[in-house]
Amino acid sequence: MAKKETMTINMGPQHPSTHGVLQLVLELDGEIVVDAVPHIGFLHRGVEKLAENRTYHRALPLTDRLDYLAPMSNNLGYVLAVEKLLGITDKIPQRAKVVRVMMAELTRIKSHLVWLATHALDIGAMTVFLYCFREREAIMDMYEKLSGARMTSNYFRIGGLSQDLPEGFEDDVRAFIEAMPGHIETYEGLLTGNKIWQKRTIGVATISAEDAIDIGLSGPALRASGVDWDLRRDNPYSGYEEYDFNVIVRDGCDTFDRYKVRLDEMRESCKIIAQALDKLEPGPILADAPDVCLPPKKDVVNSIEGLIHQFKLITEGCKPEPGEVYQSVEAPKGELGFYIISDGSGNPFRMKIRPPSFVNLQALPQMVRGRLLADVIAAIGTLDIVLGEIDR
Amino acid sequence: MSEMLSLSNDPTLFIAVMLAKILVVFIVVILIVAYATYAERKIIGHMQTRLGPTMTGPLGLLQPIADGLKLFFKEDIIPSQASKLAFILAPMMILVPAFITVAVIPFGDSITVKGYTVPLQISDLNIGVLYILAMSGLGVYGIVLAGWSSNNKYSLLGGVRSAAQMISYELAAGLAIISVFMLSGTLQLSDIVAAQSGSILNWYIFSQPLAFCLFVITSLAEVNRTPFDLPEAETELVSGFCTEYSSMKYALFFMAEYANMVVLSAITATLFLGGPAGPFPGPINLLIKVFAFMFFFIWIRATFPRVRYDQLMYLGWKVFLPLALLNIVITGAVVVF
Repeated sequence: MAKKETMTINMGPQHPSTHGVLQLVLELDGEIVVDAVPHIGFLHRGVEKLAENRTYHRALPLTDRLDYLAPMSNNLGYVLAVEKLLGITDKIPQRAKVVRVMMAELTRIKSHLVWLATHALDIGAMTVFLYCFREREAIMDMYEKLSGARMTSNYFRIGGLSQDLPEGFEDDVRAFIEAMPGHIETYEGLLTGNKIWQKRTIGVATISAEDAIDIGLSGPALRASGVDWDLRRDNPYSGYEEYDFNVIVRDGCDTFDRYKVRLDEMRESCKIIAQALDKLEPGPILADAPDVCLPPKKDVVNSIEGLIHQFKLITEGCKPEPGEVYQSVEAPKGELGFYIISDGSGNPFRMKIRPPSFVNLQALPQMVRGRLLADVIAAIGTLDIVLGEIDR
Repeated sequence: MSEMLSLSNDPTLFIAVMLAKILVVFIVVILIVAYATYAERKIIGHMQTRLGPTMTGPLGLLQPIADGLKLFFKEDIIPSQASKLAFILAPMMILVPAFITVAVIPFGDSITVKGYTVPLQISDLNIGVLYILAMSGLGVYGIVLAGWSSNNKYSLLGGVRSAAQMISYELAAGLAIISVFMLSGTLQLSDIVAAQSGSILNWYIFSQPLAFCLFVITSLAEVNRTPFDLPEAETELVSGFCTEYSSMKYALFFMAEYANMVVLSAITATLFLGGPAGPFPGPINLLIKVFAFMFFFIWIRATFPRVRYDQLMYLGWKVFLPLALLNIVITGAVVVF
């Protein structure tokens, strides 16, 4: 009898379907995965350390680069955390809150579109990829109108927003959410009923509810395992308690149910955006908190008081009382948390980020052990990881 | 009826006509292969809300030539750990069987040259169908060798996958064809075509719908097209067996894939759709049928995800094989009673 040997292969960091620079060391017995070890760190930039040497305002652009597919959700988590630290959460104007919710939900759709596109492409359905990117392009254009950038938006500010919505923006959003449910039907038409798609996803990469909680899964991956948990409803922020939406929960624990959960979440997001548009009323977009928020540009260029005010804030930053705070938001990929410690200076003493992808990635070895090589691809896709926030 | 042109009655003319036929068929196949890549990109492009190639020449028509030239001028890299001879031989071993299969496909009725009858077919073997099966079986050696000689784990997995896939599907494809020549009573392709002549209802697609479906699906698996493109599944195995290939060797793999598509389309048309029969001159009828199949292959690629390895094996052995056997039994019963 010959000795039974396994083959070790490196999947990534240069591999078409590891979604960035994830390296997986796979132990293969034929095509069956005996073990999988994820190696991370190829995209490490030291975001948490960088933030310690910047004022609170200037640390904001760093958060764009965490989950670069959902920049506004990251912005939201960070500004909410700092506002909580400064104690100005109640002062945020209604218009800013509504716009934040609207943009966070558009971001959710944007992120889920990229997930669906790449997940389908990984499993071999290439047409869905281009359809999804067509719709994503519309959201990118809105981002550009709003903030000038297509990906790293840096639009929210501590205390509100950087600028008001441009003219005609609401009509763009309304047109988009009216068309979007039809587009989702198209994706479903190509995939949901497709026998091959079902065979590739049903019962693949399962994780039970207990295991999911033990690992700390969050977001759609958790809800597809039958755990009814959504921070927007269970720990509302930015006025989410005023919106009427369903938390999608399914209990198949597999790739197919995670796919369905995310598709239904996009539909719910459209509903939330529609409600936000109805709530949108003219008003201030920055909190009335002069020691935190920058003065309007016209004051800066027209009066010496305004100029000094801006200079002080830019050079010294806002100085929260010593203390610590944790604020989490329901980002498209799961619970995104910011834990910030202040020592009373203008810079955070420590900023710890809890990225959903990093925690969710832990489920991967358990999901793929004993399964086929092709399922590894499906499992990576279904976890919806982004290396930008795993490595930080 | 005039005498059939052969080596014995006019050797010079025979050789000249033969060379002409080979040249014409070869060039036509090469052209179809080149423009199949263009058509695929255009058709899939339009299905996916984009345009496909537009910049090289009018409507991007020079794209295949530009691609070929580009690949030709690329550096040809042979990995230092590769098994050199096999590495060089493998791409040829895939392309050659694909091309020589065309030799037995009839592409029209006979024409008369200098009083002799010349059949529009390069070689009318009396074991034509067996020849086709043998040649398509040879192609797998190229893929396995390519995967093994590259000395790359992804290539090896691709090669192993393709060997397993081809064996399981060749069997089902072969059994599907058996029912065709049970009806025609011959393995000679010209006779199979003749047996389907007369009315469109004589085509075997109507008397053998199950065999037709089986053969088309297994053809997809044999040419490694979506949804059965596992040996080169990009998202799983990088590029499968051709990961390490570059330059013209890579182009040969690429050409072989399309040549196989063309050839299998032509075979399907011959076996099930009456070959060159139809309202236009023979070769044009055949080309129309070939293009229809090619469009179908491309359409499938734009629509379906990829099946998994174990599901592919399950389909081949537990679904297609029993169905093909059942079809033979039914056909046998019909022929006898």
